[in-house]
Amino acid sequence: MKARVTVTLKTGILDPQGKAIEGALKSLGVDGIASVRQGKVFDIELPGADKTKVEAALKDAADKLLANTVIENYAIEVVG
Amino acid sequence: MKSAVLVFPGINRERDMARTLKLVSGHEPTMVWHAETSLPKGTDLVVLPGGFSYGDYLRCGAIAARSPVMDAVRKFADDGGLVLGVCNGFQILCESGLLPGILMRNARLKFICHDVHLRVERSDTPFTRGYNAGQVIRVPVAHGEGNYAADAETIKRLDGDGRVLYRYCSASGEVGDTHNINGAAQSIAGIVNERGNVLGMMPHPENHVEDIMGCTDGRGLFAGLAAHLERAA
Repeated sequence: MKARVTVTLKTGILDPQGKAIEGALKSLGVDGIASVRQGKVFDIELPGADKTKVEAALKDAADKLLANTVIENYAIEVVG
Repeated sequence: MKSAVLVFPGINRERDMARTLKLVSGHEPTMVWHAETSLPKGTDLVVLPGGFSYGDYLRCGAIAARSPVMDAVRKFADDGGLVLGVCNGFQILCESGLLPGILMRNARLKFICHDVHLRVERSDTPFTRGYNAGQVIRVPVAHGEGNYAADAETIKRLDGDGRVLYRYCSASGEVGDTHNINGAAQSIAGIVNERGNVLGMMPHPENHVEDIMGCTDGRGLFAGLAAHLERAA
């Protein structure tokens, strides 16, 4: 199965990288951008076919390594 | 003093650290590769040096924090052993859960590489007994992610329990936004765990220990550790 884990900064955590990108977009003249926050996307392939087990493995991966839950949230999406 | 310096792939300050430990304590440290599952017998100080473990991939220190040797370090710390993490070592300690919080990207996004002043907040710990409380020392920093952050409750506890041992300050010891080089919460440069046996700090005291370096202010930290361990032995 294929899955995507998206890691984002929690609300209220300062994101200087996002701010810098936001500033760059503004200076490029890209209109209509209110704010930017940067995150990470992990595309993961798993040999198993059992969706429950796959989700459990992904949760384990996110909790143990992919995200630092002090400052980050994650979302798991099994794409089939 | 029987110290062990951990070596992770991508670490580049381990020799500076080993040289300083030898210079100040007279004892050669053992270099311990990250894949080891135990520490040398009789180790009384574990040091996590600075550098760029795993190229700072994922998050600074995140991958090193999950390496086999860290289980041994966790057990060593649980038994009361002294652990010192400098720069990337501090980041690894935070990522491993041995210290609370995290080091975020510097507030002004720049890699900062120059001398800073630190105020030693108290002198009654193994990591600060070589100094006087309130003393200002000058040591170098070299980091892009040194902006210490934690939830408000943790910061309050660190402050209230006297677990902040080093803060960024001016040459005369004033703490404030102007002297807070990287935007760290409460100008935090170094903290200890609840038990007080694990210190993480961003600056590099090991790089100010000999006259040829232009300053020897970092020596007190290591001399204090050596004195503490000699007395305990």
